[in-house]
Amino acid sequence: MERTILHCDLNNFYASVECAKDPSLRNIPLAIAGDQELRHGIILAKNQLAKQLGIKTGQAIWEAKQICEDLILLPPDFKEYQRCSKMVKEIFTDYTDFIEDFGIDESWLDVTQSKALFGDGKTIAETIQQRIYHEIGLTSSIGVSFNKIFAKLGSDYKKPMGITIITPENYREIVWPLPVEDLLYVGRSTTDKLNQLGIRSIGDLAQFNYGRLKQVLGKWGEYLWRFANGQDHSEVAKQTYLFPIKSIGNGITAPRDIYDIEDFRLIAYVLCESIIARMREQHLAARCISVQFRNINLISFTRQMTFTVPIYTVKRLVDIAVSLCQENYHFQVPLRSMSISVSRLLSRNAYHQLSLFEDIDDTEEEALDVVMEQIRKRFGTFSVRRCSMKSDLELTGFDPFSDHTIHPVNFFR
Amino acid sequence: MKQKVAVVVLHTKSGELVPLFVVWDNMVKYQIDKIINKQKAASLKSGGFGIRYTVRIQNQYRYLFYEYSGWFIEKMSSEE
Repeated sequence: MERTILHCDLNNFYASVECAKDPSLRNIPLAIAGDQELRHGIILAKNQLAKQLGIKTGQAIWEAKQICEDLILLPPDFKEYQRCSKMVKEIFTDYTDFIEDFGIDESWLDVTQSKALFGDGKTIAETIQQRIYHEIGLTSSIGVSFNKIFAKLGSDYKKPMGITIITPENYREIVWPLPVEDLLYVGRSTTDKLNQLGIRSIGDLAQFNYGRLKQVLGKWGEYLWRFANGQDHSEVAKQTYLFPIKSIGNGITAPRDIYDIEDFRLIAYVLCESIIARMREQHLAARCISVQFRNINLISFTRQMTFTVPIYTVKRLVDIAVSLCQENYHFQVPLRSMSISVSRLLSRNAYHQLSLFEDIDDTEEEALDVVMEQIRKRFGTFSVRRCSMKSDLELTGFDPFSDHTIHPVNFFR
Repeated sequence: MKQKVAVVVLHTKSGELVPLFVVWDNMVKYQIDKIINKQKAASLKSGGFGIRYTVRIQNQYRYLFYEYSGWFIEKMSSEE
């Protein structure tokens, strides 16, 4: 049976929420930007007026100010964005329980089974769009199609307040003329590769030789070819479905450059404390640790290490991160940002492989971590800290555990 | 303009909120004669969203909004 899938995208989400809060902002160019003092000074979102002037997400504040001097900048208010996002998702639940979030402002809805109650896909899309506008004051674009990939293309097709319907009959006219980089998972480097093959539009990709594409792009060639031909059969997950966690990570652009291994160690402690606390919430231990380095010239690379014995204490995690840094980076150029993540997760309660040659006993360290986390839960993150943190409060005065609540999402999870 | 107001509210046994009086800044109480309508809505004019009560106070109609941060009142467009 042909499915009916909606993809709902809230237009310029952060900026729209600010405009909905204060309607006087609607008529002036507005952008949401990170804190310049903490060196997070990039544009996170902009409203329609700012967009028309050419302000782009990801621009530095000074670049944006060059384009428009009177640009109003607001700090992000993530709590409010999450509240709005939750309210929008409550509207979705009136129509289906197959709701899969794709970030804070996008969702897929499978309404195949709801059509008998609420009308066809277009009618449901119109109702949802009107309700979001009247009940929350936000504009949205909705794509209606028979698979998730085309539904997403549909929601990008016409903004704001657009509804685009892509059917098996008309997708050749609507989807195929679009540039190939509009397709999910065609980024900058894939676009280059595809362009070299003479593929510029999604139609070119769909009609390209399947075997040749697989040769050049491997597994991805297969996926992309299927996407372009409307053969994406992935299902919309149920709202209550919890995707298994594959990795946990935290990273930061430091308030000042990281000059040596000691600076690195301080930040590593803050990040690892958050990672371990998040791992403990899920009762997990990790076997693989990766560290991403990015220097002030914005060149970045990642190094990782896998172990047979699982890791679940802050101290060991930090030691490994530091040793990875010592082996791979010598600070000829200071670092601007770093992130640490753990993967190959396994349950903390399961039996673990012991090491034959080393005697690793982390019981004491783990007890210490648990106590620190309990104190922090009751009295706040900064109530108890490692002494070394005090040596540079500027570098360590951030709280990834409570601040960082919006996580990136992957289509293939 | 967003006009924040104090409101005397009855919490019913079933957990519903029924606004009874709007209390102005000078502590004058205005009785709400009737609640005409109650629905989720955004205030497109003064900003914010929540539950919107269409109320009649001394033969005048007003929108009374309940947002998580409190109550505010908005003029109805037909009167402008």
